[in-house]
Amino acid sequence: MTQLTAPATGSPSPAPPVPQTDGRTSERPLPLRLLARPEVGVFLGAAAVYVFFLIAAPPVREGASMANILYSSSTIGIMALPVALLMIGGEFDLSAGVAVITSALTASMLSYQLTMNVWVGVTVALLVSLGVGFLNGWMVVKTGLPSFLVTLGSFLILQGVNLAVTKLVTGNVATDDISNMDGFGQAKKVFASSFEVGGVNVKITIIYWLVFAAIATWVLLRTKYGNWVFAVGGNKDSARAVGVPVAFTKISLFMLVGFGAWFIGMHQLFSFNTVQSGEGVGQELIYISAAVIGGCLLTGGAGSAIGPVFGAFMFGMVQQGIVYAGWNPDWFKAFLGVMLLGAVLINLWVQRTATRR
Amino acid sequence: MSRTSLPRSRRIAPAVAVAAVAALTLAGCSSSSGGKKSDESAGNVSAGKATTPRMTIAMVTHAPSGDTFWDTIRKGAQAAAAKDNVRLIYSNDETAADQANLVQNAIDQKVDGIAVTLAKPEAMKAVVAKAEQAGIPVVGFNAGLSDWQKQGLLSFFGQDEAVSGQALGTKLNSTGVKHTLCVIQAQGDVNLEQRCAGVKKSFTGKTDILYVNGTDMPSVKSTITAKLTQDKTIDDVVTLGAPFALTAVQSVSDAGSKAKVATFDLNKDLISAIEKGTIQFAVDQQPYLQGYLAVDSLWLYKTNGNYSGGGEAPVLTGPAFVDKTNVAKVAEFAAKGTR
Repeated sequence: MTQLTAPATGSPSPAPPVPQTDGRTSERPLPLRLLARPEVGVFLGAAAVYVFFLIAAPPVREGASMANILYSSSTIGIMALPVALLMIGGEFDLSAGVAVITSALTASMLSYQLTMNVWVGVTVALLVSLGVGFLNGWMVVKTGLPSFLVTLGSFLILQGVNLAVTKLVTGNVATDDISNMDGFGQAKKVFASSFEVGGVNVKITIIYWLVFAAIATWVLLRTKYGNWVFAVGGNKDSARAVGVPVAFTKISLFMLVGFGAWFIGMHQLFSFNTVQSGEGVGQELIYISAAVIGGCLLTGGAGSAIGPVFGAFMFGMVQQGIVYAGWNPDWFKAFLGVMLLGAVLINLWVQRTATRR
Repeated sequence: MSRTSLPRSRRIAPAVAVAAVAALTLAGCSSSSGGKKSDESAGNVSAGKATTPRMTIAMVTHAPSGDTFWDTIRKGAQAAAAKDNVRLIYSNDETAADQANLVQNAIDQKVDGIAVTLAKPEAMKAVVAKAEQAGIPVVGFNAGLSDWQKQGLLSFFGQDEAVSGQALGTKLNSTGVKHTLCVIQAQGDVNLEQRCAGVKKSFTGKTDILYVNGTDMPSVKSTITAKLTQDKTIDDVVTLGAPFALTAVQSVSDAGSKAKVATFDLNKDLISAIEKGTIQFAVDQQPYLQGYLAVDSLWLYKTNGNYSGGGEAPVLTGPAFVDKTNVAKVAEFAAKGTR
């Protein structure tokens, strides 16, 4: 809120030094220009949800609860980031949810079956995840089919492969416990550790989440690659005409989703020691929702990396906030839906108001 | 169109990857502890083999794929099939309508017997009647205790979910806890709701219910943490599946709570948690037994006309408790994934 009121007091300052050429390019007041940015709407939505739960659920006011909410948001948010970038690039990935489990299963089974240091499994899982992303992207680029179809296919393939291969290799539908193997302790430190801040236990995924978001923002706004992403999502043909490597950009975005899936997959593996092969189904929609709530258009070409951070926060906040408030659990899903719709509507209203002349 | 639209280096990537893996393997990145080498499993259940003519039995369940509990049921069924010279056709679908179609599929294949779960009894009614009209014997297992008789099934193998919930509640009374949290991983599942209702009925303290998103473990963890923070009087957590119990233990420590954890259903990792004492006890409905008996009973009916319970009473496979006192006996079987 403060960051909005501050420029408002400064805006009625004297006329700008540059003379206005014509009416069409006249500068609009800064607060309105700020509001027109996609991430500001979702920021206000997230702030509204946060304030609401601060009032409705007393435990939310404690630091530990906030750390827990942020943890929940971060495991969604780390995946929502690449999913959002991919959406800005004009595609989306339905296989993102099960791809997380594919990665975790690969790392776990490889290390266990060959009795190798878990870092070997972690490395191979990264290659597998990037490979899945590459194949998704390659098929989309080569065939020109909508990514909805291609990734729906890979979603089903991965779901089946997750189950069948796990069963074939381990004889069970869950992986074996690898927590006593070499390298597990190190890997747990990297992917699933936590540290104390003022007596509050903070999970490391929160840090990764914010760092990844900062990097993604910088790449999107400050680098050539960022321009390519917006360009291929906005209009593929004109992008190609001005020399943007469309195939490279799209394939690399899919591979970025693969990277995210690997990262979250490793977090799950090293925090829970084993993985059930049936998990992850349905998560893809949550990642996509967080990106859309965060202001990424389903049609591509617009969005930000910071928007999905608030989108994921909103998801985590509502999901855990309902529990902190101690409401009747029968209504859980309905509450979640109403809160999210409400937040998205605030987001939409803010943007409409801001862009209206 | 062009096959060379990608940078050439990308083509080399898979080769580099393979080489890297090979190098890692050669470089001796092997683990000195854990892993498969230290965990070679013992032989499976085998008790000779029947010489009766080969028959085909279909098992149709409402299980979600990739769930450890249902895998144990299937293993029991396979063990019985191997012993009885039976070809087992296993299929599963969570959606009632699709499960009914799978039963129809079995009828079309003219199988010799069908073992079915009645999680949504009304949806299965018509197709079960069809099977019976076609002269195919049908037995029920796991879910459908209140309906198997009405639908004319031969026998039923399973536990009464409400009874097992009550048994758990009674056991909780003896541990001195006052306020328990019953965690349901799939909102609206009849069996799961019945378990928590059973706990609530017999437990003399307070019982709260919490719904979590069972396909996403991190969110399961933080939701249980949230609930334990919201209500500090909760001193016990009951989960309805082994993987959720292990996660609940982490939530308890995250929330700085002193709550104890108990659960329904077992798996290998849960056994060691009970040995270590991080989980108090598990109510075991013996899924292996359910799968085994369902197939074996059809074989017995076809070869000798016997049927358990005489069509009047169900055959209960649980609730059996596994706690520190008897966990050692179960552990060796659980290591094979059969308990």
